[in-house]
Amino acid sequence: ATSVASFTGQKNSNGKYTVSLIEGDGIGTEISKAVKDIYHAAKVPIDWEVVDVTPTLVNGKTTIPDSAIESINRNKVALKGPLATPIGKGHVSMNLTLRRTFNLFANVRPCKSVVGYKTPYENVDTLLIRENTEGEYSGIEHTVVPGVVQSIKLITREASERVIRYAYEYALSRGMKKVLVVHKASIMKVSDGLFLEVARELAKEYPSIDLSVELIDNTCLRMVQDPALYRDVVMVMPNLYGDILSDLASGLIGGLGLTPSGNMGDEVSIFEAVHGSAPDIAGKGLANPTALLLSSVMMLRHMGLNDNATNIEQAVFGTIASGPENRTKDLKGTATTSHFAEQIIKRLK
Amino acid sequence: TMFQPKEYGSKYTVTLIPGDGIGNEITDAVKTIFKTISVPIDWEVVNVTGVGENHLDGYEEAIRSINRNKVAIKGILHTPVEKHGHTSFNVALRRELDIFASLVLIKNIPGVQTRLDGIDMALIRENTEGEYSGLEHSPVPGVVESIKVITKRKSERIARFAFDFALKNNRHKVTAIHKANIMKLADGLFRNTCKEVSAEYPEIQYGDMIVDNASMQAVSWPQQFDVLVTPNLYGTILSNIGAGLVGGPGLVPGVNLGTEHAVFEPGCRHVGLDIKGRGTANPTAMILSSAMLLRHLNLDDFADVISKATYDVLAEGQVRTPDLGGNSTTDEFTMAVINKLQ
Ligand SMILES: Nc1ncnc2c1ncn2[C@@H]1O[C@H](COP(=O)(O)OP(=O)(O)OP(=O)(O)O)[C@@H](O)[C@H]1O
Ligand SMILES: Nc1ncnc2c1ncn2[C@@H]1O[C@H](COP(=O)(O)OP(=O)(O)OP(=O)(O)O)[C@@H](O)[C@H]1O
Ligand SMILES: [Mg+2]
Ligand SMILES: [Mg+2]
Repeated sequence: ATSVASFTGQKNSNGKYTVSLIEGDGIGTEISKAVKDIYHAAKVPIDWEVVDVTPTLVNGKTTIPDSAIESINRNKVALKGPLATPIGKGHVSMNLTLRRTFNLFANVRPCKSVVGYKTPYENVDTLLIRENTEGEYSGIEHTVVPGVVQSIKLITREASERVIRYAYEYALSRGMKKVLVVHKASIMKVSDGLFLEVARELAKEYPSIDLSVELIDNTCLRMVQDPALYRDVVMVMPNLYGDILSDLASGLIGGLGLTPSGNMGDEVSIFEAVHGSAPDIAGKGLANPTALLLSSVMMLRHMGLNDNATNIEQAVFGTIASGPENRTKDLKGTATTSHFAEQIIKRLK
Repeated sequence: TMFQPKEYGSKYTVTLIPGDGIGNEITDAVKTIFKTISVPIDWEVVNVTGVGENHLDGYEEAIRSINRNKVAIKGILHTPVEKHGHTSFNVALRRELDIFASLVLIKNIPGVQTRLDGIDMALIRENTEGEYSGLEHSPVPGVVESIKVITKRKSERIARFAFDFALKNNRHKVTAIHKANIMKLADGLFRNTCKEVSAEYPEIQYGDMIVDNASMQAVSWPQQFDVLVTPNLYGTILSNIGAGLVGGPGLVPGVNLGTEHAVFEPGCRHVGLDIKGRGTANPTAMILSSAMLLRHLNLDDFADVISKATYDVLAEGQVRTPDLGGNSTTDEFTMAVINKLQ
């Protein structure tokens, strides 16, 4: 674990950790059930505390129930299914609300080729850390005169420093030697320039780590040409670039059903799949729970439960590799969510 | 036509800005090819550079020259990343001339092996506002605001350009790329405007897509895309993803168009400082951009001969620059193209 955003939760008297579980909307119920079934079978020392985060507007701000906030603050860690943002009524994105409520400043998104599921790309193994609280997602926008809109990208030293420091610490703790900052400071000289400046300043505190910087244009180009260039590199970048590049990386390995993420904060961390609530397939037993499962595997490692993590991870990859009859439709298979989960359970050690 | 290029006798005068990095190498290729088949063009060469300090002279001369000639071909000018460095001459030029539409053609080239096939998309990008406004400030130390400007007028103008392009070029679908779920007002305005304009073009299919999803779709199912229309920044992102898919920035041509001027340059706008002066740059993107220029001047016969020769050399695969896995030089590639012209 790193010294930034490390896990501070404690075991209960029964020797288990309590973890808050936000099942989520749309396919959330189905994929959360798969996770719960698999965790039960794998005897992971976790008690789930299911929390409801149905939002309300309080003084014009999207707010989640106190009980949910208390649960997550108590347990220090949560697993979260996808949440749909209520459209209209002035709600900001639920994901954003959670990130702000718990000050989850770094979004960690690994993306690795799945052995046994072939795409035109092999050997993808990227790790991207996305600034999670500001940038293009500041929500500060206004109409200057009718037909002219300004949208403000906000970059602060404080937020840049904590996410970049997290990237350095992440590299250190995993024996990785390179940090790469992705930016567009040729055009956004002051904002992305500040992000770069902070990265260069912090580099002095991490002499064993090699810092390089790359324009987002070049990262897009090179990642598509040869993703292997980004192995063993911790990439860190402002919010929007992280959003785009992580989806791009997902596309290289076979889509959103496969990619996990962790939202890291100083007190609390929330692990979630990158995908949304997929209303088009909800309730049909078609959802792929892999992304949520792999998010939970990241969570287990964060909690120091490495053996459980490896056990579940290997069962998931083993099942995907076992053939189309055991894979869900998004991976060109025919399995239902529950069949897929059963097959994983069969492969647990 | 919407513009009036300068024609003296039977010849056009065209501004040529070699640019930085590999600019000289790739524009030399064009010059040599044009000369070989006596394309009726006189070059007005203007040297501008973004490397080092104090180049405003060249820059202003370039603007005057393009204003006179209406048509230009250019390599890319370097833009320093440093805060105190000058702003991008490339951007300044596009804004000053109001060449608002960037068109980048991303297509598989027969003979160039790629992971995915059947890609044929036209990326149309707003060139003069958005994230490239250059409006940034720091109200207190450690806090920076960067302003993205989206206007109804410019959104409408680029949307209409995209639909007109689709109509004229027998394309069927326009997809607007945005991030309106987060930038609800700015990208919302862009998206709504594209949708409004689409109503005037019932024969063209219209859809929109969020930029992160589009980036994912582009690497898994790029064949679904036909014409894309984007605000400024998403254009860079998608053109580079596209270039990565079809074989690299050395292959992708482009042009910046306004109501008065047309400036042709490689579609992905890479300077190539890292390979400058080695004679190994792939001139294809620049040559294909120059063929677009010839079509723009209604010199279609010349355009056809040059692009066919270029595609033939690539298809045969004997002469290849290092970016395509070969070891030929820029000059060898150019000579191979010339040998096919006769
Ligand atoms: N776990 C999954 N298994 C299978 N398909 C998925 C999964 N997650 C997403 N998809 C598919 O990917 C596409 C995008 O879904 P996603 O939920 O991310 O976006 P969305 O429909 O905009 O939902 P939201 O508004 O909640 O973000 C949908 O077609 C969906 O069916
Ligand atoms: N015509 C070309 N032929 C071969 N390689 C090219 C060509 N154009 C661009 N490249 C390569 O694409 C990569 C990206 O180019 P780019 O111009 O961005 O690099 P750069 O200018 O050296 O660095 P930066 O973009 O950071 O300023 C480089 O490795 C460059 O050599
Ligand atoms: Mg996304
Ligand atoms: Mg979604």
